[in-house]
Amino acid sequence: MNIPSNITTLLVGIVLTLVSLWYGQNHGLLPVAASEEAPLVDGLFNMMMTISTGLFLIVQGTLIVSAIRFRRRKDDNTDGPPVHGNVPLEILWTAIPAVIVLVLAVYSFEVYNSMGGLDPMAHSVAHMKSDKHFAKMPGAAIAATLTDTENINQQASDEAMQDPATAAVRNKEIPQRRDASDIGVTSGRIGSSPDKQGTPPELVVNVTGLQFAWLFTYPDTGITTGELHVPAGRQVLLNITANDVLHAFWVPEFRLKQDAIPGRQNELVFTPNRLGTYTVNCAELCGAYHGAMKTQVVVETPEEFDSWVKEQQEVASKEALDQAVAVNSADRSASEFLATYAEEMGINSTMLEQLHTSGDREAHH
Amino acid sequence: MTQVQLQENANVPAHGMEPAQRNWREYFGFSTDHKVIGIQYLVTTFIFYLIGGVLATAVRTELATPESDFVSPEVYNSLFTVHATIMIFLWIVPAGTGGFGNFLIPLLIGAKDMAFPRLNAVAFWMIPPAGLLLLASFLVGAPGAGWTSYPPLSIISGKAGEAIWIFSVLTLGTSSILAGLNFLVTIWKMRIPGMGFNQMPLFCWAMLATSALTLIATPVLAGALILLAFDLLVGTSFFNPTGGGDPIVYQHLFWFYSHPAVYIMILPVFGMISEILPVHSRKPIFGYKAIAYSSIAISFLGLIVWAHHMFTSGTPAWLRMFFMITTMIIAVPTGIKVFSWLATIWGGKLRLNSAMLFAMGFVSMFVIGGLSGVMVAAVPFDIHVHDTYFVVAHLHYVLFGGSVFGLYSAMYHWFPKMTGRMMNEAWGKVHFALTLIGFNLCFLPMHKLGMEGMPRRVAQYDPKFAAINLIVSIGAYILAVSTLPFLVNAIWSWMYGPEAGDNPWQGLTLEWMTTSPPPVENFESDPVLATGPYDYGYGDRRTQVEVPLSDAKDPVLSAGPSSVLRADPDPAVAAHPDDRQGESKNR
Repeated sequence: MNIPSNITTLLVGIVLTLVSLWYGQNHGLLPVAASEEAPLVDGLFNMMMTISTGLFLIVQGTLIVSAIRFRRRKDDNTDGPPVHGNVPLEILWTAIPAVIVLVLAVYSFEVYNSMGGLDPMAHSVAHMKSDKHFAKMPGAAIAATLTDTENINQQASDEAMQDPATAAVRNKEIPQRRDASDIGVTSGRIGSSPDKQGTPPELVVNVTGLQFAWLFTYPDTGITTGELHVPAGRQVLLNITANDVLHAFWVPEFRLKQDAIPGRQNELVFTPNRLGTYTVNCAELCGAYHGAMKTQVVVETPEEFDSWVKEQQEVASKEALDQAVAVNSADRSASEFLATYAEEMGINSTMLEQLHTSGDREAHH
Repeated sequence: MTQVQLQENANVPAHGMEPAQRNWREYFGFSTDHKVIGIQYLVTTFIFYLIGGVLATAVRTELATPESDFVSPEVYNSLFTVHATIMIFLWIVPAGTGGFGNFLIPLLIGAKDMAFPRLNAVAFWMIPPAGLLLLASFLVGAPGAGWTSYPPLSIISGKAGEAIWIFSVLTLGTSSILAGLNFLVTIWKMRIPGMGFNQMPLFCWAMLATSALTLIATPVLAGALILLAFDLLVGTSFFNPTGGGDPIVYQHLFWFYSHPAVYIMILPVFGMISEILPVHSRKPIFGYKAIAYSSIAISFLGLIVWAHHMFTSGTPAWLRMFFMITTMIIAVPTGIKVFSWLATIWGGKLRLNSAMLFAMGFVSMFVIGGLSGVMVAAVPFDIHVHDTYFVVAHLHYVLFGGSVFGLYSAMYHWFPKMTGRMMNEAWGKVHFALTLIGFNLCFLPMHKLGMEGMPRRVAQYDPKFAAINLIVSIGAYILAVSTLPFLVNAIWSWMYGPEAGDNPWQGLTLEWMTTSPPPVENFESDPVLATGPYDYGYGDRRTQVEVPLSDAKDPVLSAGPSSVLRADPDPAVAAHPDDRQGESKNR
């Protein structure tokens, strides 16, 4: 068998390429893109889709053509030609996937890098301390523990614990955060568009996943809420953790996902750029009502966002005033806190019951 | 132990009855005959496949509507957890390795039995109790933390079900380690004289790679599960963050086994397909060495890709890049195999029977799984689709479109050898058509579901996904129904099917050179290699046996590309044509 090179093959190749190129751009499989990072991912996917379509058509085409053209005719009991191999052909189709893989790896790396995946300044930016990123270098954490004079992990942990908005909730609800030896470990993060790398995020939100809800706290303003509000066009840093089991923060329109892990803090940076309301899913199995663990992220104009912040602060101060008389707000557990949000998030009574029992179980720990 | 001693000892004490006298009772006993054990594996695992299928149908019934209305969310989680556990640990792994591996390996290499026949029986008899134990967990609240059983969820949700899951999977893991060891020694030491590694049928190469992978990776899973059991039952904190443990460590240990497990599931099937395609295409396998060595390459690479399951878990940024590249590289040896299969088919004289249709269906469907596999290897895209229905679609294209299609193909192909009877072709084609339609209807739309935003493992979902989910569920029902023609066909043919003869497909590998079903010690006399396993198309002949032996000495042929696959026939044996490769005598 020779490497086919006649005119038919050429024509088939051209048609195949055109079809692949067209379908790679027009598959309609992705939802709208609502962050600056999303088009990068979409571009990568479109390229992979183009290549995949081509390979798919080659394989299926070969199979179908063979099934028709080379099927055994009646009374033909002869064998096919004894072809054992063809070194140039074998080298060719080892080289083709190798090159494709190489190109995809380089492209993926570029996209990942553009999203801030390998931004060496990411961690210093996150904590606004220039020496912080050393904590992420291999061995640095251990060295810090050994010298014990400047345990960077511990500092990060302490800062997290001091966080005014979340401290109350976290200290009460996350026993492991007090006990875990590696409190405040921050894992690699992604999501920082190239033009904004090296600049501090314009908005920081602490995200806590708990069975079966998301809790968002804004450390700068002290707001705690059950749905995420972000201004369009500003870079947002999410500090994500969980207080019971694994969860995963996922907004399909942002093309970003990050697990929420108890005892750890993960970061996600993104810049929303399309106004609208999108669903925040939990993507990591977290128990019976995992499918109902949803909330909304509202991307609004900076003005709308500012007025929302003001509104929330007013509500909060009013509530605090009420509670000063009625209940001590520090005594409110997360589940009680969430009851107010339950209705708007569509959580039913069974779920709430479950929430309370899980809360009780933790209280008994 | 030397090769000769192993061969001598292989059947001491001797097995039970001759196949002619065998009755169904022997298949329920503690036989040490590899053929009986192989069939025991296949029947047992197929029953578990049907049970797993019932669970899958229940899952799809729940998902036919957006609300959680068919079963409670807790039961739903148990359904998909047990479904996945059964399909992986009680169907694909034991059917591919234990079932076909046991039946075929000694026959393919001309051995009398496996190297350790009693160990072989022990390995099989761990499976039924482990499977029943897993199913019994439904009585006390089945495990509901997914087949991955990630802590902390697995530690805080129902203890009894989770403990049962751990012990069941541990037992199944032990069984597969024992089987893997047995295969490795058998292939290494018990090949007939004259069969070097490069004269082995490709299924043996595949099993060699699989067994090595099993032996390296499975103990790590066992370690992870034992530590998890301590966390669950004793209250230690290896993985429990409440006591300072790290749930991510479990994920590393779990995936160190469970990603290679994908290759443990697919490599034997690669081997089977490499056996089946040449026979029914009437052409030699294209690129023997490329296929053989790519199995070894996949086996090795399979060990260094596990963290691609953890791209969103908070692994360090540079680590993600390393695992992205290793994962993508696996596409190269896999691509070599796919292209070699296509070249094998191309220009042949295809017999489009059920075995061949399923084999071609395998290539066709597996490619879709492979292509989406490269997609999810790319970190930025994986971050979007991880833990969504895109991944569910991808893994089913690999494990159903790949492994299960391949297993069906192998069942049709070797059924005559196993039972001495032919299966009904018409029903086989109905089975294939229903499976292909149901499968694609069920799993193709899932790609879109995942990318649009539907997470996996949810009992209720956004109503905007309702229409696609309904299509998927209908596909699942067709897929469920598609097993019925096969089931009826297999049972009926086993009892009443037409006699198959020794070599109904005119195959050249050694298993076709003995009676169907083979006698207790496989071959009446020691088999001799006169041709390579895939030397189709030399001269105008239908089977190897009709060729004058001098053919092998033909200068044209011996100079041909097949010459490396040919062993020089023993002149003493050549003098007695009756002793050659069995068939003419048995006719």
